[in-house]
Order: sequence, then C-alpha cells, then structure tokens
Amino acid sequence: MSLGARQSDESGVIKSSDSRQYLSFLLDNEEYGVDILRVQELRGWTPVTRIPEMPNYIKGVLNLRGAIIPVIDLRQRFGLPPREYGPTTVVIVVKVETGTSERAMGIIVDAVAETYTLEKNEIQPAPNFGGVINSEYITGLTSQDDTMIVLIDIDALLNSDELAIEDLTTKNLVETQA
Amino acid sequence: MSIDLSQFVATFLEESYEGLEVMESSLLNLEAADDETINTIFRAAHSIKGGAGTFGFNDVAHFTHVVETLLDEIRNGKQAVTPVLVNLLLESVDCIRALLEAAQDGPDAEMDKIEDVRARLKDSLAGESAAAAAPAASESAATVAQAKRWQIEFIPNADMLQAGHEPIFMFEALAQLGELEVTVRTDSLPQLADFDPQLLSLSWLLTLTSECPEDEVREIFEWVEDDCQLTIKAVESGPAAAMQGWSILFVPKPGLLQTGNEPLLMFAALADLGDLTVQADTKGLPVLAELDPEQVHLSWQLTLISDCAQSEVEEVFEWVEDECKLEIKPLVPVSAEAETPQSNTAPPVAEVKAEAPKPAGAPARKPKAAAEASSVRVDTDKIDALINRVGELVITQAMLGQIGSELADQLGTQGSAMEALQAGLEQLERNTRDLQEDIMRVRMLPISFVFNRFPRLVHDVSGKLGKKVELVLSGEQTEIDKTVMEKIGDPMVHLIRNSLDHGLETPDERRAAGKPETGRVELNAYHQGGYIIIDIIDDGRGLNTQKIYQKAVEKGLINPDVAMSDQEINDLIFRPGFSTADAVSDLSGRGVGMDVVRRNIESLGGHVSLNSEPGMGSTFSVKLPLTLAILDGQLIGVGPETYIIPVVSIVETMQAKSSALSSMGGESKLLHFRDEYIPLINLRKLFGLDNAPVTHTNLVAIVENGGQKVGIMVDELFGQQQVVIKSLEVNFKRIEGFSGATILGDGSVALILDIAGLVKRGLDRETSEAAAKRSNIFRQNTNLGGVA
Repeated sequence: MSLGARQSDESGVIKSSDSRQYLSFLLDNEEYGVDILRVQELRGWTPVTRIPEMPNYIKGVLNLRGAIIPVIDLRQRFGLPPREYGPTTVVIVVKVETGTSERAMGIIVDAVAETYTLEKNEIQPAPNFGGVINSEYITGLTSQDDTMIVLIDIDALLNSDELAIEDLTTKNLVETQA
Repeated sequence: MSIDLSQFVATFLEESYEGLEVMESSLLNLEAADDETINTIFRAAHSIKGGAGTFGFNDVAHFTHVVETLLDEIRNGKQAVTPVLVNLLLESVDCIRALLEAAQDGPDAEMDKIEDVRARLKDSLAGESAAAAAPAASESAATVAQAKRWQIEFIPNADMLQAGHEPIFMFEALAQLGELEVTVRTDSLPQLADFDPQLLSLSWLLTLTSECPEDEVREIFEWVEDDCQLTIKAVESGPAAAMQGWSILFVPKPGLLQTGNEPLLMFAALADLGDLTVQADTKGLPVLAELDPEQVHLSWQLTLISDCAQSEVEEVFEWVEDECKLEIKPLVPVSAEAETPQSNTAPPVAEVKAEAPKPAGAPARKPKAAAEASSVRVDTDKIDALINRVGELVITQAMLGQIGSELADQLGTQGSAMEALQAGLEQLERNTRDLQEDIMRVRMLPISFVFNRFPRLVHDVSGKLGKKVELVLSGEQTEIDKTVMEKIGDPMVHLIRNSLDHGLETPDERRAAGKPETGRVELNAYHQGGYIIIDIIDDGRGLNTQKIYQKAVEKGLINPDVAMSDQEINDLIFRPGFSTADAVSDLSGRGVGMDVVRRNIESLGGHVSLNSEPGMGSTFSVKLPLTLAILDGQLIGVGPETYIIPVVSIVETMQAKSSALSSMGGESKLLHFRDEYIPLINLRKLFGLDNAPVTHTNLVAIVENGGQKVGIMVDELFGQQQVVIKSLEVNFKRIEGFSGATILGDGSVALILDIAGLVKRGLDRETSEAAAKRSNIFRQNTNLGGVA
C-alpha cells in the first residue's frame, strides 16, 4: 500500500516504509488497535446530546470545538455488555474517510492502552469470526507480548449501517419549478 | 514556460457572468445613447472576448468578437441605437451566456439559435457598413462585401490519409462555396518502385471564386490544419482588402523588459495576424560601453498586412500600453484609387481618434483598477470557516464570562486583579460581538444583485404579453446574506412574472378602468428587525376573490359551507394543487404554483404574505432572515432534552386549558385554538422519551408550516436567543426532523427542529383529518349561531 511510505514521512519514528503505528485501546479486557494517523485526539467522557430514533450504540452528538460530531459506543456496537461511563472512560476522536470527504467521529472505549509500531509481516489476516464483529471491519490480527490485538478498519466500521450517509438524491426537498 | 491556466477558468467564468450582467443592465438603460454606457458595455464584451480567447473558448471569443464589432460601430456613431438593435444585443448576451455555460460543461448550447443571432448581428453590421461606406470598420465587413478569388495552396503531410482525412471531400465542400478550379502538383511523386499507397505525395493549388469570407474557407480545412501546409490568399479583385493593414510605431520605455514584457513575443503575436515587416530603429542605441542589457534602447516601425481590426492589434500591446509610446495607423493602400480615398480612409481615422487617445481610454480603465484594488475575491468556504471560528469564539467567551461571574461570587469583587478580570471579560464580550457582526457583514451583499435581473425579465415578459410596464426598484442597497440571495432569485422571478401575467391588465383594460396605460410594478426592499422584507407591488386588477373561492370549492380544497374572510380566500392561492393560471385570469400563464414559491421561501426560514385590493393591485410581501447562519430560536425542554424551534415558525406559545384539549385513544391529540381545532404533536412520544418523568404543564407551541397549524407539546419553555446554525451533515448525516444543531452557552449541543419535516412525520393522517372535520363542524355551528 502506498500509504505506508507517506506515513513514514510524517512521523520520523517509523523504521521502514512497510511499518505502521497503531493506537490500542481496551474494550471489556480485549485489546483493539486503530491506525494512529486516523486518531485526531483523545478526550474524557462528557455528556452528549441524544438523537432520537438512533440505534443504542450511537450515543448522540458532541461539540468538538464548534464542530458537531457523533459519538459511538464501541462496546455496544460490538455487542459487548454496556458499562457505566466514568472519569476514565475515553472518547477517541477519529477521522473517517467517506468517499471523498472526511468525517470526524468519537468512539467510546474503556481505556487507551499502548502504541505499537508494526511491520507488515507482523499482521495476520483476520479469520472469519461471524457474529457482530464482522471480519470486514478488521484489518488483521497481531500479537504483542502474548496479547492478541484486533486491528480495526475504521472506515469500514464507521461507514456501515446507521452511520452510512444516505442517498443524497432524497436530500433535496426544495423543488424549483421553471 | 507553461502556466496552468485551468486554475483561472473558474474566475474567468465568474467574471464573465458578471460582465454579462453589466452588459444586460447597461443595454436596458441604453435607450438614451450616452457614451459612458456604451463604453461600459463595450468594455465588458471586450474582457469576455479576451478571456475566452486566452482560455481557448473559441466559440465564445468568435461570437463576442462580432458583438464587439457592432458595439464599436455604435460607439463610433456609425450605428444609431434602436430598440431593434438593443433587442438583438440582448439576445446575443443570452447567446454568450449559453456558450459560456456550454464551455463550462453545461448543456450544449442551442447552436441554431446562436447561429441565427450571429447571422443577424453580421447583417446589421454589413448593412450598416455598406450604407456608410466604411469597409475598414471590420474584418467581416471587408470580407463579406466583395466577391473575390481565393488562392489556396494545400500541401498535405504525407501521412494525412492515415488520420482518416480525404482531400476529395474537402474539395467537394469547397466547390459548394463557389466556382472551384483544382490543379494538382505531382512534382513530389516518387518513383513507382518507392510508391507507398498509404502515403500522400500530391499537393494542390486551388482557385475558388466565391463571396464567402476566409473563415469559411478555413473551416473546411479545420481538421487537417495540423497535417498540412495551407496558404489562403485573396487575389486581385479587392486591392483594398489585399493591401489593408496597419502601420505601427512602437517606442517602448527603457524599463519595458523589467516589467516582464518581451517585444519579440508581441511581434510573434502580430505575425500571427498577418504579414509583418519589422524595422528596428537604432537611433537611441548608446555606445557599447554604456549599453545596459536590461534596458531597451530600440524602437520599432512595424508594418502589418492584415485585414484584422485595429482592436486586435491593440490587444497585442494591451499589457505594455503604459510602458511605451504606441501609434497605430491604418496603412494607406498603396494602390488606393485616387477617387475614393476619403471614403476609404476617413472612417478608420475616426476610429483611431476614438480608440487611440490613451488619455481618454486611461481614465475609463483607472476606476476599474481602483475598484479591483478595494475588493478581494474570496472563496465562500474561507468566509464560512471564519464564521465558524468566530462562532466558537463567542461560545468560549460566554463560557469565560460565566466562570468570571462565578469567581466573583465566590471571591467577592474586591481586589484589583478581580476588577481587572471583570473589565477584561467585558471588553472581550464587546469585541467578540463586534467581530461576529463584522464577519457576518462580509457575507452580505446588496439585494441589487438579485434585482438587476428583473428589468430584463420585465422587458421580455411585458413585450410578450403586450403590456406596458414600468418597473420601479427601491432599496437596492439593502444587504442580505449571499446564500439567501442565491436561493431567493427563483421565487422572486415567479412572483414578478405572476404580477405581470395575472396582476397587470392590458393597456385597453387599464384605459377602460380609468388607469394610466402603463402598469407599474414596484420592488421594494428594506430591513425590519433581523429580517429583510421584499415587497412586490403591482397596481393591477387585484385578485379575483370570488373566482378563487369557486375554484377552491370545485377542487374540494375547502368546504363551501364554511364562511371565510377575503384574506383567507386569497391565501388559498398558496395551497398545493391550486394553479393560479386558470383560476385568476384566463391568460394562459405558466401555471407557476404559488405553493412552490411559498415552500421555497419557507425552506429559507422566511414567510410570504399577500395583500390584495380589488381593482387597485396586489402586494406580495416576502420576509426573509438576513442570514442562514444564524436564527432566532425558542428554546424548549422536552424531558431531559433541550430543542430549538425557529421563532419565525411560531404562531403562539400558550398554556392550554385542559378543557381545550381533546383526547383520542387516551392521548391528547387536538387543541381547540381560537376558531379551529389543530392537531398536536407529542415530541416525547415521537422522540422516544416516554420514560422521562412526565410533567403536565399543558404547554403548547403553535407552529405554522405551509399554511397548516400544528401544536407542539413541550414540557418547558425557555428563553429565546440567536443561535448559530451548525450542520449535522458535516461529520454525521442528515437527520429527519432536524434542520441542524447549535451549541448553547454551556457548550452543549441542542438540535434545531425542522418544522416542515416534523409536521410531515409526526402527524398521522387520522389526527389531521379529525382536526379538519372538527374545525369545520365548529365553524358551521358558530355560523349558525351567528345567523340565529
């Protein structure tokens, strides 16, 4: 992937063009990772504004310095038991590529764990799990210090289902009649 | 050196459209011929032509060139300004616009129409020139006028056939233009042994006797231009044409090179126009020791044999006109017949006078330059980003202010540091507010941008309808947000057309009614408390209330048993399914649905109302928010949530008496409000907040959308405030029932209710029908009561 080369330019720490950095976080004692270049910022949990008629994992919208971003509970998205939000609950603001545009979204996780630099050959393709965590949302698996880390494809995950942008043709309600 | 021109195309198009608008509005004012107006039109056309040439929009450039030539004739007094001519020029403005749109990968322009206008333009040129005997006035005049012989030398490249071009077809096309003689030259034919049937070894000498201009001849060879050597020369019959040309004296200032201009390039450009002879004058050349390689010491005497217009020559020197002394004189035909020197040379001299005096031309250009310097073209995205940033600043400032006052409460206002902090925070608040207002003003443009298109519309429509109309504009300088302005154009056009078509009577009818023959349509814009109001006033016949009533009954829109006021009946024309075309007048109108107009205006957060006086005229009043970035919001509480209702939609907020509420299926569904029953929307239920603690406040916000009143049940009514509208789509998606969101003073997000969407979604048919039925029954009863 050509992305690899670009990353090493941006962050000098990466050794070879085939390696990438990942930020890992915890969900119910499982460790997941996202491409660190997609992470915009980390913030503590603050109450959100609920949006009616949304699936339970879309918690609402948040004011991120003037921009209004949706917040998604990854535990509930993955069908894990929900947990009370507390002072340690973290919202990771990620940049999601949607077609030609980029959307910022917040994902609620239990805690942030580590950053890893992974060579391409350290990542194994994901087996098909079935169930809620569809393998199409997963870039691959890796193990570090005997822990398995699931690397998540943020674009695939956060453009799916309710988060997908609906067909734009229905958007124009204003008719003009010549 | 190659510059990527494509990045400037958008700017060029934008400027061209503006130029066309200028042309259009000036043309409409041209009735009285004044030089300044004609010059304005000419300059606009000239810039479009120049730009189009640069960016390779040749269709536009060629067409505009003809227009420009005609304008030039008007400017030089060779043509009188007649309504016919003005209409023709207006049509050509449309053509240029169509061509530009086509160039901007829009729909293909209707070439038939454009060709037709072009032909008529040329006709008026040629006709007039022949009458004035001014052959030098334009190239087309010179080329169109005489029948002549064209000598064409056509030496195709050897591989031309491989590109699929067939010379025979071209000759056939030429033969259709006139009498054609073909001579084939076989001198380059190879030996038979070397002969390759795929290669072309012949060349031709063609003589065409025809009245056609050179362009047409060239057009035939258009596709093979690059695959051959082509020389087209006019022979004999027109000595004037053959010898026509320009003598140019070019004395640059020594500093010319430092401005990045290169004389050689200009000469090359001139050589493209025709046959160029260059003579350098070395008089000013210093001795070698004093020679400064960065200075120009030479001057040139150029002779250009070409039938191009003087303006084309001047265009070459356009960039250096301030850096040099330039004299362009028509070349006196060497073989000019002594009998006609005056008719031949006089007009060009006159032209030189009008064109050449740079002192006269310069002041005309200077103001333009000054105007450019005082305004900057900025992408609206950048302004929007700025507005967002300021919005955040306002929120931050509000937060700081809150913390400041909390601190003051805790620590007391004693102490100089505390006082300084308070003062600083106040200062910050003032500055932020000013900044916000200033930024908002950046997006504001005078409404004249919309109004400017209406004189043309009125001119055209009234002409078609055979009505005499005077259009009066006032308040054109009233400012409005650019986004609102872009969207208000179409509804305004509908309303004005409606006034012209249905409102105003024909001259005969007006005379019969004792009114002046010329009808009057007035557009008036003004500000009123955070809104802009645009009144469209006509002095026509007014609405035929009786007819509207009948029509509405026929269409089943209203119950005939219900009494309605005239105002209520007139408002029916805004109902969907009510076409004004066949109802109010018998004129076959465009059938513009007024409901569409109303929907468009309401979608902008505006409102349209109507006032009609039979026989005296009608007034449509359009009320629009000044900006789409901010709205006046009513904050409401439903359960734990805070939502915002646009104040403009609210008819009334009230605490309903329990007796006024009627239940259906155990739920309050209808509200008895004044003389009608209106359906209620339960936001709690709609938004799934059922499990929040219930408060029985009976608070209802009555809103109106598309003529329908709906009550929204709320738990709490908070204050009203101006809110900055934020899009949900940027990072999320459109959400049904909400038009956007905003950030409140405490930094939390509140959703803004989209009343139209809400009404559509939250109202089941059963409830609305029940409401309509009950309202009717109620009114009937009260009417009966009134009678009894």
